[in-house]
Amino acid sequence: MNDFTYHAPTSLDEALAALRGAEGAKLIAGGHSLLPVMKLNLAAPSDLVSLAGVPGLADISDDGDSVTVGAMCTHAQVAGSATVQGRIPALAAMADGIGDAQVRNAGTIGGSVAHNDPAADYPAACVALGATIVTDRREIGADDFFQGMFMTPLAGDEVVTAVRFPVPSRAAYAKFANPASKYAVAGVMVADGPDGVRVAVTGASGDGVFRVGEMEAALAGSFSADAVAGISVSSDGMLSDTAAGADYRAHLVTVMAKRAVEACG
Amino acid sequence: MSANGSGIGASVKRKEDQRFLTGRGRYTDDINLPGQLYGYILRSPVAHANIGGIDTSAAMAAPGVHAVFTGKDMEGVGSIPTGWLIHSKDGSPMVEPPHPALAIGKVRYAGDCVAIVVAETKRQAKAAANLVDVDYQELPAVASIEAAEADGAAQVFDEAPGNVCYDWEVGDKGATDAAFEGAAHVVSIDVVNNRLVPNAIEPRAAIANFDPATDEYTLYTTSQNPHLIRLLLGAFVLGLPEHKLRIIAPDVGGGFGSKIPHYAEEAILTWTAGQLGRPVKWTCERIDAFKSDTHGRDHISTAKLALDADGKFLGLHVSTKANLGAYLSTFATCVPTYLYGILFAGPYTTPAVYCEVKSFFTNTVPVDALRGAGRPEATYLLERLVDKAAVELGMDRVEIRRQNFIREFPYQTPVALQYDQGDYDATLDLALDASDWAGFEARRAEAAARGKCRGIGISTFIEACGIAPSAVVGSLGARAGLYESGSVRVHPTGSVSVFTGTHSHGQGHETTFAQIVSDMLGVDFAAVDVVHGDSAKIPFGMGTYGSRSLAVGGTAIYLAVEKVIEKGKKIAAHLLEASVEDIEFENGSFTVAGTDRSTSLGDVALTAYVPHNYPEGLEPGLEETAFYDPLNFTFPAGTHVAEVEVDPETGEVDVVAVTGADDVGRIINPMIVAGQLHGGLAHGIGQALLEDCIYQDDGQLATGSYLDYTMPRAADLPSFNINHNTTLCTHNPLGAKGVGEVGSIGIPPAVINAVIDALRPLGVNDMTMPATSQRVWQAIQQAQG
Repeated sequence: MNDFTYHAPTSLDEALAALRGAEGAKLIAGGHSLLPVMKLNLAAPSDLVSLAGVPGLADISDDGDSVTVGAMCTHAQVAGSATVQGRIPALAAMADGIGDAQVRNAGTIGGSVAHNDPAADYPAACVALGATIVTDRREIGADDFFQGMFMTPLAGDEVVTAVRFPVPSRAAYAKFANPASKYAVAGVMVADGPDGVRVAVTGASGDGVFRVGEMEAALAGSFSADAVAGISVSSDGMLSDTAAGADYRAHLVTVMAKRAVEACG
Repeated sequence: MSANGSGIGASVKRKEDQRFLTGRGRYTDDINLPGQLYGYILRSPVAHANIGGIDTSAAMAAPGVHAVFTGKDMEGVGSIPTGWLIHSKDGSPMVEPPHPALAIGKVRYAGDCVAIVVAETKRQAKAAANLVDVDYQELPAVASIEAAEADGAAQVFDEAPGNVCYDWEVGDKGATDAAFEGAAHVVSIDVVNNRLVPNAIEPRAAIANFDPATDEYTLYTTSQNPHLIRLLLGAFVLGLPEHKLRIIAPDVGGGFGSKIPHYAEEAILTWTAGQLGRPVKWTCERIDAFKSDTHGRDHISTAKLALDADGKFLGLHVSTKANLGAYLSTFATCVPTYLYGILFAGPYTTPAVYCEVKSFFTNTVPVDALRGAGRPEATYLLERLVDKAAVELGMDRVEIRRQNFIREFPYQTPVALQYDQGDYDATLDLALDASDWAGFEARRAEAAARGKCRGIGISTFIEACGIAPSAVVGSLGARAGLYESGSVRVHPTGSVSVFTGTHSHGQGHETTFAQIVSDMLGVDFAAVDVVHGDSAKIPFGMGTYGSRSLAVGGTAIYLAVEKVIEKGKKIAAHLLEASVEDIEFENGSFTVAGTDRSTSLGDVALTAYVPHNYPEGLEPGLEETAFYDPLNFTFPAGTHVAEVEVDPETGEVDVVAVTGADDVGRIINPMIVAGQLHGGLAHGIGQALLEDCIYQDDGQLATGSYLDYTMPRAADLPSFNINHNTTLCTHNPLGAKGVGEVGSIGIPPAVINAVIDALRPLGVNDMTMPATSQRVWQAIQQAQG
């Protein structure tokens, strides 16, 4: 790991100033994606700007028809939040299944969505629930936010401040985890929300999170596991590694979709 | 011997846990010496290449750098040796190419040591290593057995044509072939034994120091056998006499075999410390541990079993190809031969057994012992084959085993070993009962109602442990004896220090050995401390591996205690004015037989050190050393039963029950034995279902971190149902056999047999380890067409 300058701003403005102050500056939240790649010298930012001391970024609020989760909320915080558990239990359950206890106590929702790892869980939740990503300057719908593996529309000096989730009438997440890393091999969030039924898949595709239109249409007609059991997704463009090849991943998408629908009750 | 609260047979809490659980363990990386520098080992990023040249000038100029050494600098230093000479079928010795500690002219695996960069700090050394410019002229790599034996394959060593190290055999081929000719049935099987990464929780580390005032070198290293390292490093690599080379293996955080070998880094560090006259420290990073700690297993085998019409085994023929990696590690050559081929009688009376093993060099990390070392590979093959025979002959899986069991002891196998004692029916019956084998079909039906395929599998096995009788292994090619030493020092006020040449890196020797000595001498358990891991403190030792510590090292201690008692009787006889023949020793007291006249061990010890009133001609002091060379291997045996549920939609395998019925000989501390069994079972289930070391064709490790290499976790394992039926080893006074490797030897075939049993209704008849969910799903897809 190379030397870097560490910034601990106490306001969003200070954070933005620090971010703009150095060309190689990177934001750090929980650090669970950034630090491992820095240790391997795959990333070598000149400056790290921590959001840990910026007030107001770790709140969870119930806004009636939506729940807003501050960007610096850890996965454990989301999993343990009475608000999230009460209004969107599927989101709390999903957060409770991320990585392991250490990861959940440090990793944050903001860091996860900004990183857009194709095997992260949050992108599926955001897309299926029709979430809005709130930044220091704008709001971006989830469908527009996740633009492919590690790609988002965020500007270099833009800070995610919160994620707003509309409350669905029912939702559930089913994940097949990589046995070693516990990242999603195929994670499917099914949500019946204000915009209808959405099915979003993470972990499986090289392009990151995607929706399965055929399943959404089938579920709109009949919200049952049987409705999606016969719908397969193509293995073209699916990720392939030692734990799961493309065909297996494609198969698991259908199985996890079915199980998510079942879990919606 | 008498059981007391902390004696033999008591589940005493471990002495070592106080320091381990409170963070006060003292591991190699915890040690820092004044004036210490840090070494960073630069490793080859490619699997096979000629080195055109190495430019170290930029690294030398980097901040804090004291030295950069490459293979050229170490030319003239001895090759890293291997400990066992194997002869091929034709009588020729194995090909034994040199292994320079730092690569000279060529690198042979991704991870091969290329240079050491020494700097004031670890970070400076690592940063400067990035500036070493190595001209790698890449060559095609052979990353698997198949690639190594292919026509026109790249040559790892010019002196090993076809990449073959040796082509070995054991058993009577003629008799075995004849057995097949008259057989009513022949059952064949092909199996792969998957390559594993050992993954001790403490990465390897070393600190070397040279004292110019005494010409003495000291090496702190993460080793299971410090004296063995002194022998190999001193006598073979650096040419240092024993009295000028001290090896200290302090607390060591797990070994599993991967800390047996003498590693190149130990030689590099020690040599470098001598060059610089300052201590040099190195700690391996986990990412480098994956590509430099010796790996385990990696066999491809084909085997056939001849049976008569009733299912009696007539003959067994095994052909195995083994991957040795890029260089011959310390025990590399004997693991797939003398720790493998001679196990193929198993617990069965098969009259004719033949095993041939061809071993190959490849451009991969060297392969050496890993928990079980050869015996898991043999047991897996045999127990898969026996299960397959039962299915093909339409016989019951239990009965085919039972009707072939050995029941008369001692039993001479057709492959060299002579079993001294055992009761295989007893462990089988115990396991069947404890696992409710008879009630399984109801559980299968209940699981089916939940959409799960449930299966049950069994493995009946023996091990050869307590390694090993020196004369026997010497005749088979071992270059060292495999005896052990133990010293017992009774101090003037009666407390006791015990010195053992074995090494504890998780086994609990400090407790177990103290229990033996406390029990035998009748002194308080707290008054006995065990010292190990320092060649300057321990007379000699061969270390810990092959489940030998109790059977061999414990026996040496036992014999030393007996000598102490004998001497104590002489002193007591003098004090009690009786004849030595009349003195009896029990519970810490020397008594004149048939009287109430006695004196305590404490009084005798004090007298030994303050010999004012003392037997004429007897040396003062109360300290004895014994060397024990075992008369035979020990033969732990048992039956393991695994029950699994497979999710046919995803292929996930859930191990829902594991039952062990084991005969490990005398149990000193039941809690420690349970811990050893649990750890071994976790390890074995890991191999069966999760762990897989995969190389890409170019020799890059595809599973080189915990992102891709799956270790078993608590959530992957059921609560283990452990049972014992003990028969005592007949040739050591403790009756000890060994327990450290039982789980990793016995359980893998039981798990895979259970998976196949679960999937047979779906048309699946074979399964390769590890039975990952993807592999199981693919097998179901294939079977369903």
